Parts: sequence; C-alpha cells; structure tokens
Amino acid sequence: MKKALKLFLALLVSVSLAACSSSNTEEATTTEGSETTSTSGECPVTIGLVTDMGGVDDKSFNQSAWEGVQRFAEENGLQDCVSYLQSTTEADYVPNLSTFADEGKDLVIAVGYLFNEAITEVSANYPDTMFLFVDDVVDHENVESATFNAEQGSFLVGVAAGLTAMENGSKTVGFMGGMEGPIIGSFQAGYEQGVLAVCNDCKIYVDYADSYSDDAKGQQLAAKQYDLGATVIYQSAGNAGNGVIKEAKERGDVWAIGVDKDQYQDGMKDDGTSVILTSMLKRVDSATYSACTDMLNGTFEGGTKVFNLSNDGVGAEVTSGRNLSDDVIAQINDYAEKIKSGEIEVSSEATIANGSSN
Amino acid sequence: MSILISMVPATLMVATPIIIAALGGLFSERSGIVNICIEGIMMVGGFAGATVCVLLESDPTFGPYAGWLGLLAGLVVGIIYSLLLAVSTINFKADHTIAGTAINMLAAGITIYLCQIIFGQQRTIAFSKGISKMKKIPLLSDIPIIGQAFTGIYPTIFIALILVLVTWFVVYKTRFGLRLRSCGENPHAAASMGINVYKTRYAAVMISGALAGLAGAIMVLTNGIQYTASSIHGVGFIAIAALIFGKWHPLGTLGAGLFFGFSSALGVYASMIPLLNLIPSEFFSCIPYILTIVALIIFSGKAVGPKASGQIYDAGKR
Repeated sequence: MKKALKLFLALLVSVSLAACSSSNTEEATTTEGSETTSTSGECPVTIGLVTDMGGVDDKSFNQSAWEGVQRFAEENGLQDCVSYLQSTTEADYVPNLSTFADEGKDLVIAVGYLFNEAITEVSANYPDTMFLFVDDVVDHENVESATFNAEQGSFLVGVAAGLTAMENGSKTVGFMGGMEGPIIGSFQAGYEQGVLAVCNDCKIYVDYADSYSDDAKGQQLAAKQYDLGATVIYQSAGNAGNGVIKEAKERGDVWAIGVDKDQYQDGMKDDGTSVILTSMLKRVDSATYSACTDMLNGTFEGGTKVFNLSNDGVGAEVTSGRNLSDDVIAQINDYAEKIKSGEIEVSSEATIANGSSN
Repeated sequence: MSILISMVPATLMVATPIIIAALGGLFSERSGIVNICIEGIMMVGGFAGATVCVLLESDPTFGPYAGWLGLLAGLVVGIIYSLLLAVSTINFKADHTIAGTAINMLAAGITIYLCQIIFGQQRTIAFSKGISKMKKIPLLSDIPIIGQAFTGIYPTIFIALILVLVTWFVVYKTRFGLRLRSCGENPHAAASMGINVYKTRYAAVMISGALAGLAGAIMVLTNGIQYTASSIHGVGFIAIAALIFGKWHPLGTLGAGLFFGFSSALGVYASMIPLLNLIPSEFFSCIPYILTIVALIIFSGKAVGPKASGQIYDAGKR
C-alpha cells in the first residue's frame, strides 16, 4: 500500500515535470514564430521587450511598458516587428536579453531596477544592440537609462492633498514612505512643496514603514496619522501602502493617495465610492513609446533620459467625476503648467524627518 | 495616556494572527511534528481568504458575510494544505524541517500562480471591505477613560482569545489532549499503551493547518486590501518564536503574541514618546527575535519543549 502510494507520487511528480517542460518549449516556439514573421515582413526596426517577473498583463509596470510599445507599433503599422519574452525568475533576465540580442533586435527593452546587473552584462556583450533600461541607470554607450522625476508628480498630488485639507478645515496631511533614502525622499520632497504651495500653514506628518511589504505597519502608521488629524495620506511604500488604504476604508471620511499607477479601484468601498483622492502616475509607457519612436527616427542614443511633466513621464491622475472637484483639477493643471514652464522648480530634497512633522 | 490608548488597537491587530498561528504550531509540536511551514500554510490560507472574499463580495446573499466566509475558506484550505506535511512526515518519515521548508517554498509559488490564473495578475484584486473594525464594543467601550481603547479594534482578536481557552482545555483537560502530549513526549510508550500515534499526529497536524490557515486569512483580510506575495512576510516564523517564547503553553503563547504585537505598536508610536524617540524604530522590529534567542538560551538547560518533537516515529524502532 505504502509502496503503491510512493510510486503514485513519483509518477505524479514526473508527469508534472514533463508537463512543465513541454509548456516551456511551446512558449519558445511561439516566440520563435513571431520572430520569423517579423524578419520576413520588412521591418524598419525590430523591438523586443523583456518583462520582469510577471507577464505583460500584470496590471503594473510590465503591462504599462508593453502598452507603450504597442501604441508605437499601432501608430506606425509595425505590429509584426515587436515581441516580448516573459521572465519567470531573476535567472531568466540574462538569457532573455541575450536571446533578443542574438535575434538581431535593434532595441531591447527591460523594465525595473532589478535588471541592473543583467543589463550591465548583456549590453557589454552586444555592443551593436541598443538597450532601454527603465527606472535605473546603467552607464554604457548603447544603453538609454530612463529615470522619472517623481518629485514633480508628487508636487501635484500634494496640491490636491493641501486643497482638500484646507476645504475640510483640518489643515493636516500625512506622508508614508517605504524606506528612507533618496528615491522615496524625492516623493516626500515634492509632496511637501505641493502641500505648502497651496496651504502654507498646513501640518505634514511624515513616517516611514521601514518596509515595502508590511501592510500591518502601514495600517498602524496610518491610524496614528489620521488620529493626529490628517485628512489625506500620500503612501509611497509598495504593499505596505495597502495598509493605509485599508485604514482609510475603515474610517470612511478620510483620503489616501495612490502611487505609481492609478489605484482608484484598490480604494473601492462597498458603497461604490473610492478612498483614493488621486494617484501619482509614473508613465512607464511614455518611456517605452518615446524610445521606440526615437529608434524609428534614428535619434536613439545612449545616456540618461529624464521623464518629467514636460514629456508626460509623470503626473497626477485627474479624471473628472471622481473625488477631485473640477476646481481642484483646474488648480492642479495650473501648477503643472507652472512646473513645465520652469516658473516653479521642485526640489528633490525632503526636509521633514521620519517620525515628525513641520 | 492617549498614546497608550491608541496603541491598544495597533497591538491587537498585529497580535491576533501571531497568537492563532502559534496555537497551530502548539498542536503540531505537542504531537511531535515540528511545523516549520506555518508561514506557507498562512500564505495559502491568506490567498484563499482574499480570493473567496473578492469573489463573493458582489453576491447579494453572501456579500455582507464575504469576509467571514473568507476566514472559513482560509481554515479549510489550511487543513488541506497541511496534509502535505502530514503525509510526508508521518507516512513517508521525511525530515520535518526539510519537508516544512519545501512546503513553504511551494506555497509562495502556488498562490501567485493561482492569482495569475484567476485574476490575470500577480496578486488578487483588492477587496472592498475584508473584515471591518468594530466601531464600538458593548460594555467594554462604555468604561470611562480606558473604554476608548476598545473602539476601532478588529473582532478577530476575540476569535484568538476563545481559541486560546479552547486550546488550553483540549490540551490539558481532555483525553485527546493527554494522548496528543504523550505522542510528543514518548511515542513508543504511547503506542505500547494502545494509542494510535499516526492517527493522533494526523489530527494534530490538521488542527495546526486549520489554525495557521485561519491566521493567514485573518492577516490578509484585516491588514491589507489584497493578497500579494509579501502579505505574510515572515509572521509565520514570528509565530514559531512566540510558541517557543511562550514555552509551548497556550497562555504563554497568548502573552508572547501580545508582547510581540505591543513591541510592533511601540515602534510606530515611539517617535511621540519622550526618551523612546531617541531609539531608532528598527530596534522595536527586532525585539521579538532578540527575546526569542534569549528565551532559548535561558530554557536550554530545562526541558520545556516536547521531548520527541522533530523525531521521526518508526513503530519498529526502539
């Protein structure tokens, strides 16, 4: 009986392994297939996108990056000239990037700072292939590094927070970051300046969760800030920020601000309204779209390219009919114009210390 | 005083899943099976809880109870998933630690894989409510001054308190509890008295899975808005630490769980408390681990844990 069970388990394991490997080859052949069609169909440029862990339908960075590539392809009728490879583990980065380089793609795109080492290695091995690296910097001649001026988008959501806090009289807002440092510090800095620009006697509480995953800590910190009178909290802490959204839902009369993408759906309450006042948007699709266009026009070059308000790289989510009044939206657009024209310069240096207020 | 009062809900929220998961570990270890895969079972339970909650939320009949049905789903899926540990360690006599580690790794992969299939993304869709806080608790909230501390806490803490009492009763006052403990102390002696060690251990591991799965579902449905790969982030291991720190006793684990929750709340509020605001907040995050190591050193000479815990039971071996 026991032997039979062992045998059965062993069989099960081998069958599932076989299933895995067969599906892998299947995937490989489909990408191969798309490759042959793309070379036969006279492509002015060929472009390959390597996803991070997660597919092009992950409703996050990968999806956004692929949407930028597709928008480019549709506008130029080059649907057969773009393709993607999915990474399932970090170990896939180098092989996937090399596969595209071997196939002779003109431009290979990788999204996310996790690719740093892989891009460094592969771009050195394939000096004739161009690479786009989104969200971090690799200093090679054939790599364009796209970075985002998060402080500009954060300034705009700060304007929304400050105006909302003025409106209900609390004049208090909060910021919760993941880990202290220059990256999240720039989010905090822009937010501080945006709040103070519209409400110069507003109080801003700043806390860091010391984590991008601990949503319990995020909720505790949010409860603390809301108890102190904050009406709006801007969270920039990955999954820890989910705790802020949960606490806002519990209270019902306060707001949270989303980050990186439109988080309106995440803030849905059971009455059909959302606690997400607005979201700071990081437009990965703008970065991939513009790199593809540059490639087609022959203007693509290595170096760092900064994405900001002027080239639609960052922004605030201002869909009318949600939680922002048209008047607030008008003011946000006003400030956006001022930042674009250089009338307002947003610094990326945060001034309020972790665990304190101004 | 007002800071202390605000710390109560924060403490209880973090302590609840730790206490329940530690009770799960208690059942399993008391029967002699080291359950290092509490973390993995919590992941599976959390995933099941969030998924059921999301899918039932819009349903007109089940909608209002979606969060509670999510907890039930976490519990049931936890039992099913814990059978992996039971089969591998009890039937196939695998090393408990290695089997547990493998089960942990499988949980991280399988939950994200299922999210991708069901929701088309690497996490579940956000649920709108989950388990909500209680605005007011009858009697407790009416107490002057300290009554304030009992507004805005999650009802799940009462599940944890009831489970502590039930566990204490089952382990120390029932025939099953006596058999359970004897299997963990000396399974051969227990078997010679006619106790079916295999059956007892199976029951213990399944109870353990039920509690860990429930703890995972509680954690996801109270702390956040969706299940993600980092939803459980090591709380399963903190629960094992609470079990050791609480000397494998239900009331001890309750105390340890509350203390770990308190130290987490202290990390959040320290910046508002004079003197404590000079200590970096990371310090409060490591208190549980430091204390567990200290406890292990202190207890090392005395036999407090189940004697046969972690040993493979082979009826033919003496």
